[in-house]
Amino acid sequence: MKKVMNMVNAINNALDIKMAEDKSVIVYGEDVGIEGGVFRVTEGLQKKHGVERIFDSPLAESGLAGTAVGMAAAGLRPIIEMQFSGFSYPAFNQIISHVSRMHNRSRGKYKQAIVIRMPYGGGINALEHHSESAEAIWGHIPGLKVVIPSNPHDAKGLLISSIESEDPVIYMEPKRIYRAIKQEVEESKFAVPIGKAKVIHKGEDITLVAYGAMIREAQKAAALAKKEGISVEIIDLRTIYPIDRETIAESIKKTGRIITVTEAPKAFGVSAEISAIANEEAFLFLEAPPKRVAGFDTIVPLPKGEHHYLQTAEKILYEIIRTVKF
Amino acid sequence: MFKEYNPIKKKRLQIIDNDGKVINQKLMPKLDDKQLIKAYKDMLFARTADLMIVNYQRQGRIYTYPPNYGQEAISGAVAQIMRDDDWLVPAFREMGAYLAKGASLKELFIYFMGYEDGSLFKNAKNFLPISVPISSQLLHASGIGYEINYNNKDQIVYTFVGDGGTSEGDFHEALNFAGVWKAPVIFIVQNNQYGISTPFKMQTASDGIAIKALAYGIEGIQVDGNDFFAMYKAVEESAKHASGGNGPVLIEAVTYRKGAHTTSDDPTKYRTKEEEEKWDETDPLKRLKAYLIANKLWSEKEEEKIVPQYKKEIDRQFIEAENYGEYALEDVFKFMYTEMPQDLKNQMMEHEKFLKWKEARS
Repeated sequence: MKKVMNMVNAINNALDIKMAEDKSVIVYGEDVGIEGGVFRVTEGLQKKHGVERIFDSPLAESGLAGTAVGMAAAGLRPIIEMQFSGFSYPAFNQIISHVSRMHNRSRGKYKQAIVIRMPYGGGINALEHHSESAEAIWGHIPGLKVVIPSNPHDAKGLLISSIESEDPVIYMEPKRIYRAIKQEVEESKFAVPIGKAKVIHKGEDITLVAYGAMIREAQKAAALAKKEGISVEIIDLRTIYPIDRETIAESIKKTGRIITVTEAPKAFGVSAEISAIANEEAFLFLEAPPKRVAGFDTIVPLPKGEHHYLQTAEKILYEIIRTVKF
Repeated sequence: MFKEYNPIKKKRLQIIDNDGKVINQKLMPKLDDKQLIKAYKDMLFARTADLMIVNYQRQGRIYTYPPNYGQEAISGAVAQIMRDDDWLVPAFREMGAYLAKGASLKELFIYFMGYEDGSLFKNAKNFLPISVPISSQLLHASGIGYEINYNNKDQIVYTFVGDGGTSEGDFHEALNFAGVWKAPVIFIVQNNQYGISTPFKMQTASDGIAIKALAYGIEGIQVDGNDFFAMYKAVEESAKHASGGNGPVLIEAVTYRKGAHTTSDDPTKYRTKEEEEKWDETDPLKRLKAYLIANKLWSEKEEEKIVPQYKKEIDRQFIEAENYGEYALEDVFKFMYTEMPQDLKNQMMEHEKFLKWKEARS
């Protein structure tokens, strides 16, 4: 049976399914209990599954991640919520020093089946620290997996896979499109595999790689490009690490051109990694330099200045035309 | 006991004096002769090993090592009380507790020789690896404590930190989380007066560490950490308290790090001989031994007989560790994930190709 869901509903549904199925799954974080989190992602789950399994934590991000390390070592599968990715930094030490390392350090004795959920990204007219896209930082940490869905279906399927993963997963939620996209989503359990990108729009002339909220912009850009006679292939990356080199390389081999679209700053980012993959895996097929449409290497401006920073369909189109004409 | 020794009263639990005489009969723990002798022998073994490791390090046979010298009564007491099912979440200066948990010296040697395999502790149940980032391990203990309550288990978590570690945010967060969750965790602060070279008075304006328990709504007690009996009593009562669903306890064990912070450190730069000699009078082994000898449970003769046996055994395990073998390339990659991602497989294969190329050239 399918049901119309937005991303918030889909995440809630995945949590609900896994909590019902597996008593070792517990959810905690700031305000995730009775209120259901500041974005209401966990709404109703405490009533259904009880306060021992989904509860408000003290306001301390390091405490959230650090206690999850212990719970996971003892056999639970904790899912913790960082209220905003911009507030995950106090947990950095725990995530980098332990979440990502305990399995290796203990030679496989202690699993870290932890999911760290965090809403990320701009476009919601928020205060400082509420708009960053820090996926590259997590992708750079050995021992972590990092996933970002772009639609309700993938949000559910990727979260199921993340909860079932024996390794820790940073699950980043593009909050700008939490409620913007509605889809018919299967109500029963299904999984979208971690580590697999998806060609969501077939094309011949140029490849766009994007993820999260940028998929919507990429799709708009592809429609605009079509009017200009340019056929665009879009890859939804879905997993930042382990990155799907194969799907990216195969598409470039077909189109000969690639643009990566990210909200995050350009330098040392996911777009840089994808450009490197293009060079390493498909150099002789390239007809133009791999291009990056990415955020400036600046702090995301406050709402009145945010339009300067965020990537738009027009900006992507501009670069598509330049790359095709190169 | 927690009432009587509420940290607000500025009392320190002590049961024997520096000469091993009982000065607090009322709180003297009930231990039979066999238990007492075992406790002393455990501590003696740990000290003998500890001093030998520092020598191995000086001989260049092992890397950096943090000595336990002078602090043996703290883990020595935990070692007598901790059960198989209980959890041990270590910092890095609690050898006696590791051995009691079932870790072997050989494994510790392997670890300090530079192999992750030394953290596996094959026969030690519920024992997390040594945690290097100061204080971060305390939160793991609180998380385990949640799991114990969640699954209604009969377990306690023992976790350790030094006085320097109490300045870290994670110390505060761990006590706070454990307090809210009523987690059965015993937090043991080994207040050995120094964080590397930083003296305790530069660490906090607080009058001791135990009093911080009050702010988290949990029990706290300051103990003479060089008094085996006082440590035993404090740990025993804390275990009862935590097992009874009353939440965590913070034990401040006042002690002195007679050795260096690690073998890379030089304490003569920041403390005086006079200070060291003053603390020597409180030495934990010396005091317990005096008690045992006075009660005819031990003699210098027995000690002279047993120490060489210990040394032989320690050396045997050390040599076994020295012959542990090559660190295989695969071991770098193998445990990063439960299943190795293709990228890591490729990186390993590429490196193997390079190694073959290198070998063919030479």
